[in-house]
Formats: sequence, structure tokens, C-alpha cells
Amino acid sequence: MKSLRNYLDKIKPNFEPGGKFHAFQSVFDGFETFLFTPNTTAGRVGAQIHDSMDSKRTMIIVVLALLPCLLFGMYNTAYQHWLAAGNATFPFFTMMLYGFLAVLPRIVVAYVVGLGIEFVVAQWRREEIQEGFLVTGILIPLICPIETPLWMIAVATAFSVIFVKEVFGGTGYNIFNVALVTRAFLFFAYPSQMSGDKVFVPTQPILGIGGTVPDGFTGATPLGQIAVASPQAGEALSIVGVNGQPISTWDAFLGLIPGSFGETSTLFILIGAVILLLCGIASWKIVVSVFAGGLCMASVAHLCATPLYPASMLTPLDQICLGGFAFAAVYMATDPVTAARTEIGKYIYGFLVGVIAILIRVYNNGYPEGAMLAVLLMNAFAPLIDWCVVRANIRRRQRRLTA
Amino acid sequence: MSKSINLKKGLELNLLGAITAPEAPVDVPCKSVAIDPADFPGITPKLDVREGDVVSVGSPLFHDKTYPSVVVTSPAAGKVSAVVRGERRKLLSVVIDIDQEAPAPVKFTTTGITDDASARALLLSSGLWAMLRQRPYDVVPAPDAVIRDVFVTAWDAAPLAPDFRLVLSDDLRYMEAGVAVLRRITKGKVYVGRDSRNPIHDIPGAEMVNVNGSYPASNAGVLAANVAPVNKGETILTLDALILASIGRLMLAGHLVPSVVVAVTGPEITKPLYVRTLPGAPVRTLLDGRLSPDAASRHLRVISGNVLSGVSVGIDGYLRYPYRQVTVIPEGDDVAEFMGWASMAPGKMSQSRTFPGHFLRNRLFSPDARINGGRRAIIMSGEYDKVLPMDIMAEYLIKAIISRDIDRMESLGIYEVAPEDFAAAEYVDTSKLELQRIVREGLDYLRDELR
Repeated sequence: MKSLRNYLDKIKPNFEPGGKFHAFQSVFDGFETFLFTPNTTAGRVGAQIHDSMDSKRTMIIVVLALLPCLLFGMYNTAYQHWLAAGNATFPFFTMMLYGFLAVLPRIVVAYVVGLGIEFVVAQWRREEIQEGFLVTGILIPLICPIETPLWMIAVATAFSVIFVKEVFGGTGYNIFNVALVTRAFLFFAYPSQMSGDKVFVPTQPILGIGGTVPDGFTGATPLGQIAVASPQAGEALSIVGVNGQPISTWDAFLGLIPGSFGETSTLFILIGAVILLLCGIASWKIVVSVFAGGLCMASVAHLCATPLYPASMLTPLDQICLGGFAFAAVYMATDPVTAARTEIGKYIYGFLVGVIAILIRVYNNGYPEGAMLAVLLMNAFAPLIDWCVVRANIRRRQRRLTA
Repeated sequence: MSKSINLKKGLELNLLGAITAPEAPVDVPCKSVAIDPADFPGITPKLDVREGDVVSVGSPLFHDKTYPSVVVTSPAAGKVSAVVRGERRKLLSVVIDIDQEAPAPVKFTTTGITDDASARALLLSSGLWAMLRQRPYDVVPAPDAVIRDVFVTAWDAAPLAPDFRLVLSDDLRYMEAGVAVLRRITKGKVYVGRDSRNPIHDIPGAEMVNVNGSYPASNAGVLAANVAPVNKGETILTLDALILASIGRLMLAGHLVPSVVVAVTGPEITKPLYVRTLPGAPVRTLLDGRLSPDAASRHLRVISGNVLSGVSVGIDGYLRYPYRQVTVIPEGDDVAEFMGWASMAPGKMSQSRTFPGHFLRNRLFSPDARINGGRRAIIMSGEYDKVLPMDIMAEYLIKAIISRDIDRMESLGIYEVAPEDFAAAEYVDTSKLELQRIVREGLDYLRDELR
């Protein structure tokens, strides 16, 4: 490590103003602070010691918490492909390799485009590179259908990093969740490529791994099937997997169903949630209240179930396990920058995210999934919720004055 | 009769270098003392002495430009050896070489202190007024301030802080006399906050408040916020019990008795101890022979005060207000820590559960002065609130201060806070913002704008 440190010290002058590579100062600084904890010490006045926790570690913990979903996503992508191709055996390592090869280009594209923009902007502003995109870059592939063309991911990532984050001032200043806007951009800009029954299951072999899927299969997500279903009164909903077999709540909980890459498995999302909550990174108030809000709204919808809105016939448990609801509750709604920042506000914010997600899902046939839109909508309302909570504090102070 | 308050929010840090088996303070005579005007916020100093002047204990060194009756007096007798000035002739310190032959302490009339005016006059002329602080603004109070209440802190919950019960020992009669003087200058009460687990004795004439909590529960601001918060237009006085005892000593002796007991602590001290010395004593004298043997092999940070709200003065610095603690920690700028953000080393001190050190309740830590990260925008929410036991929306107040929005600062309660109240928040902040500096600048800005 000593030699690495010495090497960095040797090449450092090249990156300082006047050096050969001064245009890459932020990039160098980013790598240097990544490799070695910066030796900046506290000012003369003020706190002389600081907690060991910093935003690098915070972001890395979130990335770690996303790994269970990423790994499961690799397996499930291959599993859906194997099912659709009609295979009877499921070789674990071959499937993991297939899933890895399927998602790798997407992760690389998201990181290269997003971090590239971050590096340029940081250098332009002469600031340190901020860590926010480490999380965003892994979230983007997880919430997109696996068959999303790479160029679309690149365009959408560039759009949201520039117009949702950087124009507001960078990490910590954005109003909307950057990863979700990427997803929303894709959803609204390229609707035909982003929904339907062909995008959630890969149809071609990759590097000779996997088979060719016959043309006739249906790879629609359960929520996608429900949105277009027209059940008769008294008839049960039928949702089927790519092999034509019905999907049970247990399947949905485990996540072996078609869907966006990383958000199908409620089980693995809960593992991630445990990591985030044990580490104290995500707010349990938000996670718990999103689920509470979702269950409440789903129960109400289920009590007034009508074939007019087929999704209302799903049980509350199904509603939680299907689609991106759990993923949004654990990883999206808890983004501290775009969520409510006051402690009471977090309960209100989370509850409303849950309610609106189910509301959109059930009563708006145009959008089979409402979690993304619910979080984005509440991102917009979070400052208002906080305003009310802060207002209460201000009013308490004013009352004291007049009393 | 005493009140009790329980505070759940706060910070408990276990640092290496505490005084474990307290003994009687060791006398450390010093050859010189220095007084720094920065210790008296709100004062624009105008010198009363020149280099070469002979001063005695209690002679004025400088006074305030706006209120000339507010003076800072000499804690020692001797010759003014240096008047140190910085950029634009800003007064940095007045250094006095101690001379035992110098004249006797200045006498003050302490009889007939029966009303507000005479009590104020005594405090002002003796220089003890400058040791008091007021809310709002956390500055030396104006001589004509209408004082609603007085809040005295009789404990310190900061890491490695001195134990007030030991330091004050038998000073009860002094404190009683001090309370009597303070009661002359306020129509309200004199509240004394003390540690509920290790309380000092009741002081006659004062309203005792038992405080149960961890840092910053011992701060005067936290005490006031939980007993009777400061409203716009009101002024309260804050001081610690050591200054209260000084007021009492002045009353009973007729002159200033400037000795102080200082806790010399920190991981770099071989045997932490209490020393008895003068306010403004040179730190080098206090630390002489007490630094750990291998301390020369690394950079050190010498702090006057505690690790959360103190001032880094360096080994050549002087003891600064409130003259009760010196802490020495490693500086940390001479180490190369590989991927510190991923470290699972048990020696890493943190409030975060991602560090094993968080769970080692009995471990004593030796943190260095690194900020352990880079400055960022405020990303995580609710961090400050966890360590601020006041009804203040800390994050919103900080943002209002940064944006210099006077109305919003007022409505969010800036009049109730001092920089030190944000010391614990500054420690835990993962965005590594200099909260105490931000609050100090906000208070100064507000005071200038509203004058």
C-alpha cells in the first residue's frame, strides 16, 4: 500500500492546475479518495473529531444491499429464458452465467454514461466527484426490462443525470429520484419497447448459452396480463407464467416470474431491506409506512373488487408481491434526498407512496404498474409534507411568544 | 426543591485518555499568560495597555468599542510583553509575563451590592461580565441587557470533560455568593443544571435542575430549551459553575482569584490529570513531560477544550475560554489509510452500525482529527436531530442560516442556539459540514443586520 501511496503522490502534480492532465483533476481526486481516506483534518475551531461514517460508505452499503436482487435477477432472467425455450433441466451455473452476460452490458452502459457525465460536470465545477451515481448506476439495470436496447438505457441515463440531477446542483440537490426518472423516461418515450410480452424475457442465446425461444410464447408480467384481462363476474383471475402454468402468490413472493430485471423477488428485496435497516441507512419509518399504505389501499380495493378493474380482484398480499411495489418501497422511496426529510413527514410520505402505487395500479388501466409513478409523485410532494411539519414547529414557537 | 429533565437524544463517546483515578490537582506555575479577544465574541477590542505596561490581577487589558464598560481584565500580575496583531491589525492576543514582584491584585468594592446597578458595575469592572454569555447570539451580554433568567451549567458531558464535583470541591459558599449577585441582575430565576447521576450539592437561592442525558445535555442552551426557551426579544444569561464560583470568590475576597483547575486529557497523554493553573496559561507548560513517549513520531493536535467544541491551539498556544480542559489527540494527517471507507477495523469510532466499533460498548477509542470523508451536500436526513435535545429543526435552521434568510432563522429558533449546541451534530454529520462555524457566522450576521 505504501508503494501505491508513493506512486499516487508522484503522479499527483500532473493533475494539479498547470499539470499535464489538469483536466482530469476531479477524476484523479475521485480515485485517490476512493483508494485512500483523505487526510483533510478538522478546522481550527469546531468539532475536532468526526464520525468514521461518510457518504462513500453510505452509498456502498446501498450497493451491497442491492446485490441480492442483482444475483437473483441474473438467475431469474435465465430461468424465464429456460422456461420459455421449453428446457426441462435448469443447470444453475450456466444459468447464472447467462443472466450475468445478459445484465452486464446494461450495468456497464449505465455506469459509463452516468459516471462519465458526473466526471465531466465535477471537473467543470471544480468539485469532488460525488458518490450518488454509484447507487443510481446499479438501480437502472435492475428496474428496466432485460430486453431494453442499450442505446435507450444510454439516452435515458444521460437525460436523467443531466436534467434531474446536475442542473439542480448534483447529488443531494435533486428533487426526483434519478433512477426512477430514467425508468419513467423510457416508459413514456419508448412505450412499445418498454412493455408488452416480449421485453421481460430474453429470446436469444448469449455467446452460445441458452436456447432459442419459440415465437408463440407470452412473456407478459402478471400485472401486464391483469391490465388487459376481461374476467366475467364471479370468475377468478388467471395469471400464467411463460410456460403457461398459473402463478401462485408463493411464486410471486419468490420472484420466479417475468418482470423487470431485479424487482421480481419480494424475498430477496426483503433481504436487502434487512441489510439497509440493520445498517441504519434506510429509514424504517418510510419502508414500514409504504407497506402499510399499500396494504390499506389494496384491502380497500379488494373489498370493492369489480371485474371492471381486474387488478382489484388481487388479494392485498398479491399486490405487495407482484410488480415493483416492494422494490420501490425498499430502495426507491427511501432515497433520503428525494423523500420527506422530517421524521413525522416520513410516515406520511411513505403511507401515501403505498396508497398511490396501488391506486394507480388498480384504477388506471393505462398503467399496469403504479409504484414508479407513486414514488415520483410523492417526490414532488415531499417538500410540501416537510413544509407542514416545519410549520408546526414554527407555530409552536410563535404560540410560546404570544402566551 | 429541584426539577428533573430526561433527555434521550445525545452522543456518548468513549475516548481513551480519561482521568480514571482523580487526585488533587497538581499546581503548575507558568511564566506567562495570554488572553485572546476571540474568546469574547461580540466584543470589538480596544486596548487599554501597551507593551511594557505593568499590570496586576484585575487590571483592564482591553474594552469593548461599543460598550466601553465591558472590560477584559488580567488574570495575572506582571508586564505586558507582547500585543500580537494579525492581518489588518486585528488584535490576536495580549501576552503577560508573570512577575511575582508586581503590585497586589486590584481591590473591588464588594460591600453594598444590594441592587441591579451595583451588581452589574462590580461584574463589569472586575472583568467577570466578559466571562458571561447571553442568548440570543451567544455573545458577551450588553451591560444594559434586560435579563429574563440565568442558566448555570454545573456539569460537562463532553468526552473526557472534567468532573465538576471534583473541580468545585468545597466551593459551595462561593457559588452561593455568586448566585446572590446574579439574582440582583435578573428578575427571573437562577437555574443550575447538574448531572442527575453525579449531582453537585444544592446551592441556596438557585433553582436546581437535574439533567439526565448525554452530550450536549450539559450545554446551557439545552438546559434553557428544556426549562424555559428563549423567545424573540428576550435575553438570558449563561455561564458555567466555575465562573459562578469566581464571582463568589470575588465577593468574599474583594479581589479576583484567577486560578483554574484544568483537566489534561486525551489519548496522547501518559497519565491524564487535573492541574491548577491560570486562565490563559501556555499549553506547553501544562503538557510538559505528560505527552506519551512515542508522541514525537506523529503529528499531534492540541485542543483547548473538548474534542467536540474546542479550539485547536497547537503546542505553542494558550489555554482558551472556558479554561477547564486540554485534550491531545493524534492529528492523523500523516497516515495513509487504504480504502478507509470500507474498513471494518474495530478501532474506528462511529455512531453507524456499519462499524464493529459501534457495538464495542466498553472499548475506548483514540480518534484522530481527520474528517473521515469529503464535504458533501446534506444527503442523509434526521442525523442532526438525533443528537440535538432541543425542539429545533436543525437541518432547516442550518439551511436558513446558509441562505441568510433572517425571517426563517428567527422562526426556526436561532435565538435559542449557540454553536456548541451543534457540536455533536457536526461530529455525526456524514456530509462533514462545519456546522459550528455556520451557526457562528449566522449569529454574527443576524446581530449585525438587526443592530
